[in-house]
Amino acid sequence: MIEVTSDWYLTLSAILFSIGFLGMMVRKNALIMFMCIELMLNAVNLTFITASKHLGSVDGQIAVFFVLVVAAAEVVVGLAIIVSIFKKQESASVDMLSSSKG
Amino acid sequence: MIELLLFAIPASLLILGALIVVFAKNPVHNAMGLVLTLTSLAILYITLNATFVAMVQMLVYAGAVMTLFLFVIMMIGVDKPEQTKEQIKGQKLLISGTLILLVSIVVFISLQNGLNWNLLFPQSEISLEGTPAILASALFTSWVFPFEVISILLIVATTAAIALAYEFKQSSDND
Repeated sequence: MIEVTSDWYLTLSAILFSIGFLGMMVRKNALIMFMCIELMLNAVNLTFITASKHLGSVDGQIAVFFVLVVAAAEVVVGLAIIVSIFKKQESASVDMLSSSKG
Repeated sequence: MIELLLFAIPASLLILGALIVVFAKNPVHNAMGLVLTLTSLAILYITLNATFVAMVQMLVYAGAVMTLFLFVIMMIGVDKPEQTKEQIKGQKLLISGTLILLVSIVVFISLQNGLNWNLLFPQSEISLEGTPAILASALFTSWVFPFEVISILLIVATTAAIALAYEFKQSSDND
């Protein structure tokens, strides 16, 4: 009989984070890169929830709550930036963003 | 047995969805892969007794955030095929090196002692149910200040998004 322990969830979370990191490095479309950031944030959330279960404390779930809100705010601002970039250069590729340096 | 299936099925769907997010060519498919990932994560949260967070995950992430993503994809249109030519010299080499390092660390730690992370604290005896009542009693007592700050953050983010996306036509004509 195999028992599902916290370690399994932590491994899954590490795998999810690695996939998100891979996407962040490989893709060049700003939208897809944003989705990969979401993947990484969710991997961290899974770690928090696992810790909350493991330690029997509610604080991990509260932290996930705050991460969720910050992620939502970040997506709102990021997508607005992508839209305004797209209006200027007709593409969402990050390679042509060198114009935005100061 | 049921416990194992409740972990294995969402976990495999989660990894499948994440791979779709990274490797699909059509942005709409990427978004659907993200929906699959977020939904299976919500199922995993339920298996971890965090029912309220699972519901919020479905509403906020799979609902609101994904709608926003799909709106922007529709607005931008399905983009031209991505340039795969590397702009920075040795970029691919660096990426694969970092990834191999990351993955090997994960595999090494996981397989050491058979998937045992040697966690510092033993599994707690308390089995906590993440119901709204329990979460609220923590959120509105010891976490009430961060909670208020979060509301300011949301207003700032909304204002910033409007300021970024709105075209101020008249003022640019006058200037």
